[in-house]
Amino acid sequence: MDFSTTSTLLTWMIFTPLIGAGAILVLLALRPLLRQALLDNLARAIGVACTAVVTGQGLILWGGFRGADGALQFVHRLVWIKQWSIEYFVGVDGLSISMVLLTAAVFLVAAIASVPWWGRLDDAHHPHFSKKKVPGYWILFLLLETGVLGTFCALDFFLFYIFWEVMLLPMYFLIGIWGAPPRVEANGRVRGGPYAAIKFFLYTLAGSVLMLLAMIAIYHNSGPSTLADGTASPHSFNVMALTQMFRDGTFAGASPIFGLAFAQAMFLALFIGFSIKVPMFPFHTWLPDAHVDAPTPISVILAGILLKTGMYGMLRFNLQMLSPAMVWAAWGIGILGVINIVYGAFVCMAQKDLKKLIAYSSVSHMGFCLLGFAALTPQALTGCVFQMFSHGIISPMLFLIAGVIYDRAHTREINGFGGLAERLPEYTGITGLAFMASLGLPGLAGFVGEVLVFLGGFGAADQGFRVLVAVSAIAVVITAAYYLWTMQRMFLGKLNEKWAGLWDMNWRERLTLYPLAAATVILGVYPAPIFNLINSSLHQVLSVVSVTLHAGR
Amino acid sequence: MLPDLAGLRGGAAILPELVLTGTVFAVLVLDLALRRSARRGRVLLLVTCLGLAAAATAIAGVSAGAQPLFYGMLVADGFALFVKGVVIAAAVVGAILAALSPEIRRDQLGEYLILLVCLTLGMCLLAGARNLLMLYLALELVSLPSYILAGFRHGDRRSSEAALKYVVFGAAASGLMLFGFSLLYGLAGTLDLPGIGAAVVARGLQGGLDAQLLVVVAVLLSLAGFAYKVAAVPFHMWCPDVYEGAPTPFVAFLSVAPKAAGFAALLRFFLSGFGAPLGFPAPGEFPWPFVLGVLAMATMTVGNLAAITQDNVKRLLAYSSIAHAGYLLMAVAVGSPLAIRGVLLYLPIYLLMNMGAFLVVMAVHDATGSETVDGFRGLGARAPYLAVVMAVFLFSLTGIPPLAGFIGKFFLFAAALQTKSMFFYAVAVVGVVNSVISLYYYARIVRACFLEKPADAQAPVRVGSPAAALLGALAVPTLVLGIWWGPLLGVVEKALLLPR
Repeated sequence: MDFSTTSTLLTWMIFTPLIGAGAILVLLALRPLLRQALLDNLARAIGVACTAVVTGQGLILWGGFRGADGALQFVHRLVWIKQWSIEYFVGVDGLSISMVLLTAAVFLVAAIASVPWWGRLDDAHHPHFSKKKVPGYWILFLLLETGVLGTFCALDFFLFYIFWEVMLLPMYFLIGIWGAPPRVEANGRVRGGPYAAIKFFLYTLAGSVLMLLAMIAIYHNSGPSTLADGTASPHSFNVMALTQMFRDGTFAGASPIFGLAFAQAMFLALFIGFSIKVPMFPFHTWLPDAHVDAPTPISVILAGILLKTGMYGMLRFNLQMLSPAMVWAAWGIGILGVINIVYGAFVCMAQKDLKKLIAYSSVSHMGFCLLGFAALTPQALTGCVFQMFSHGIISPMLFLIAGVIYDRAHTREINGFGGLAERLPEYTGITGLAFMASLGLPGLAGFVGEVLVFLGGFGAADQGFRVLVAVSAIAVVITAAYYLWTMQRMFLGKLNEKWAGLWDMNWRERLTLYPLAAATVILGVYPAPIFNLINSSLHQVLSVVSVTLHAGR
Repeated sequence: MLPDLAGLRGGAAILPELVLTGTVFAVLVLDLALRRSARRGRVLLLVTCLGLAAAATAIAGVSAGAQPLFYGMLVADGFALFVKGVVIAAAVVGAILAALSPEIRRDQLGEYLILLVCLTLGMCLLAGARNLLMLYLALELVSLPSYILAGFRHGDRRSSEAALKYVVFGAAASGLMLFGFSLLYGLAGTLDLPGIGAAVVARGLQGGLDAQLLVVVAVLLSLAGFAYKVAAVPFHMWCPDVYEGAPTPFVAFLSVAPKAAGFAALLRFFLSGFGAPLGFPAPGEFPWPFVLGVLAMATMTVGNLAAITQDNVKRLLAYSSIAHAGYLLMAVAVGSPLAIRGVLLYLPIYLLMNMGAFLVVMAVHDATGSETVDGFRGLGARAPYLAVVMAVFLFSLTGIPPLAGFIGKFFLFAAALQTKSMFFYAVAVVGVVNSVISLYYYARIVRACFLEKPADAQAPVRVGSPAAALLGALAVPTLVLGIWWGPLLGVVEKALLLPR
């Protein structure tokens, strides 16, 4: 396989935010010359501009991507560390393109949600995160975007790992510094931003060090490959080459590890690493803490994008690279996916905090991705990727909605509201749309992914998946129940006079919510643009898997 | 009749050591001559740094070779030269730190620098020693000035206690080591390391159970001395107390340079003494990789778990340095060419990040008088530069990319996994779990810096421009080496290219 450089667009996309971060650093160095307010506004402007440029580059990428092709495109490849055959190798195919586009869009939305411009902001008594240590916020925000885009585009395992870890540090600080201040809960535990930040960091690092070991073990057992400059090397980090080697049986001779075949041990190490990020039961407990205590735009990014990096890792490595082991593990992943769906939905029923409810609904919805991923049929897999995309636009909406009410009322206690529809009709409407989309109402984006997962799961080679599908279909009812119940408690009934002074949405909130709402409706009615991007690549991957699937039978 | 002088050739190969000896005398004389001069401190620092720089230049000039020098006492191979380079670099930073710190009284700076250079000389000899006697003498030349420097804060009870503990532990460890050496001499009839290796293989291992047991006991006893020097379990107990009590500029040096030299000597002891690479033992041989691997796991686990509960930052970093000794010991246990490369690559990276962290601790202590984690609260607002570089050093110590510490750990784990043995897979898993644990306590300091507000309104912490520059000089490579480490790897590989 030969992948030579065809375009530097992805590199520009990945590093544009980094250039922005560098520009803000320069501004910081010029601090004595600037007034604080000007410095803050310049940092914000640079941040929004960079995310907008990346979105523009994303549109160019979309325009140039040949979906029917299914192969890698926009490849940029050069040698990085020759002694270890490490390359700078980026490219997109159907597995990653939709996530790259989603990242560009969601970061733009999050950037707009991070500025105090374009609308009233009540921060007389509750200092708003967007006015605190502004340049630092934007440096980390842009660094995070570089990390995420790099993770989706990297096709060299080492490079992937570096980008994967680059996501951690900014996130730690963004949750810890700009998140909720520490508070003592009723049971005496101290919770809040700092706690959530280190919990997130420890959980994800625990996963990624396993990934590191798997990466090194795969490298040492891999066969010879050719680097970008034509030199031969004894081993390889090149994901595409490694995929080919796993198919050719290069790793068949590798000694088993702790009683598992080599590919299976690697599969497990990588899977645990990715599933913490997804997050999959029982590794999900960092998520409610992190989502609840992060500032709104960071919750948006966490739910919209970061969870998908875990799912993308599974697609790229567990499915594409380690396809034989995937067949071995599919049943277990399917069960864990169903636990995610059902358990997440039940936990949502018990939540009193709106943001926590949305956080747990993410656990439930990512379960559909896992189930579709495990079913290994074309429809289910398409459903999985589509669900990643649709959850990536619906959950940001939900978190923005939680942010809107929190910015006004400084509480998210669902039972504390009531009859808000009277005072905030526009907000009620958009919340209704987002809730319906999330519970899977036909005609909206959330439905398409779920129904494809169900259809595909029902047709899976393993008849047992029918049971899993049946169980998770019941959970959809619970999902509807908690959303409708929340809707009722917050918006319907008699207006709680305490909230008579609230005001409806402002332009900043409209700028973030309406584009996402439009995308939800359009993709719900006409999902083909996403299918066109992803399908042929997914089919290529599946054709390899199904060979193993039928050979094993 | 004239004695055979052929063995004395090779003076050029010890030019760095000669330069260091000259520096010791120069500083000694100048310290006396400039007794009344106001500029004494600056001149002495300048002379010391120039001497160290000259020694470093001399290292670059030495043509590396594996042939034994001075009747087999020393060797100046690439491995030794590389370690000498690291040690001298650490000494330069250590000397500047001492000059910057108010903990070292101005009128005693001369004494401090003399002892520091003596110590450096000892470590250079240790890196090149290939004879047990030479090894022991070099080790003592490292230890004795260390005892004095640990107690350098006159009149400070904790400093004196640190020195005393250090001496008592050191004496016990070197006694054990000497006993082990004497047993080895008795078994092999030579003090020459390769000679011992050959003799042990020829005689000891085929000589029945008694002889085998004797070899095992002798090597275990010798190991005590090395374990003490690198602060490995079970000879790590001195480490937190000494780090807490000794003056911070010395601790910064102590945490890096003697550790580097100790690991160099340990590697040479095992690899040239007992055949390289060790690999897994044939039946009947003693499983040294296993013993060292277990020691490595114990060392990193003890270090990391104990660090969690520390409130004093110097004690915390002491336990962290124990943990890092554990990671390095893992590579020593592997003993493959990749592992040696990993150790060599780790040493300069460890120098950058650990000395950097101690420099920040020193600056915070000078400004606030506090050495506890709470003393770092609100540092992000009070001294943004200090806080940011501290975060860089601490996350690098954790091993998070794209910082240099990750590359160091990457090599150590790569070496462990390259063996493809179940035991080292297990050691590597323990190692990465430990890395995650270490994040918790490193992040405690970062959290105090950025995520917590100072207890009461406190003035900004000021850093002098020399300290700021030195911090930058340590932090920038920590960042750059994490992304572009090809050149450093090239230097390491060139150092190991020659037959050993």
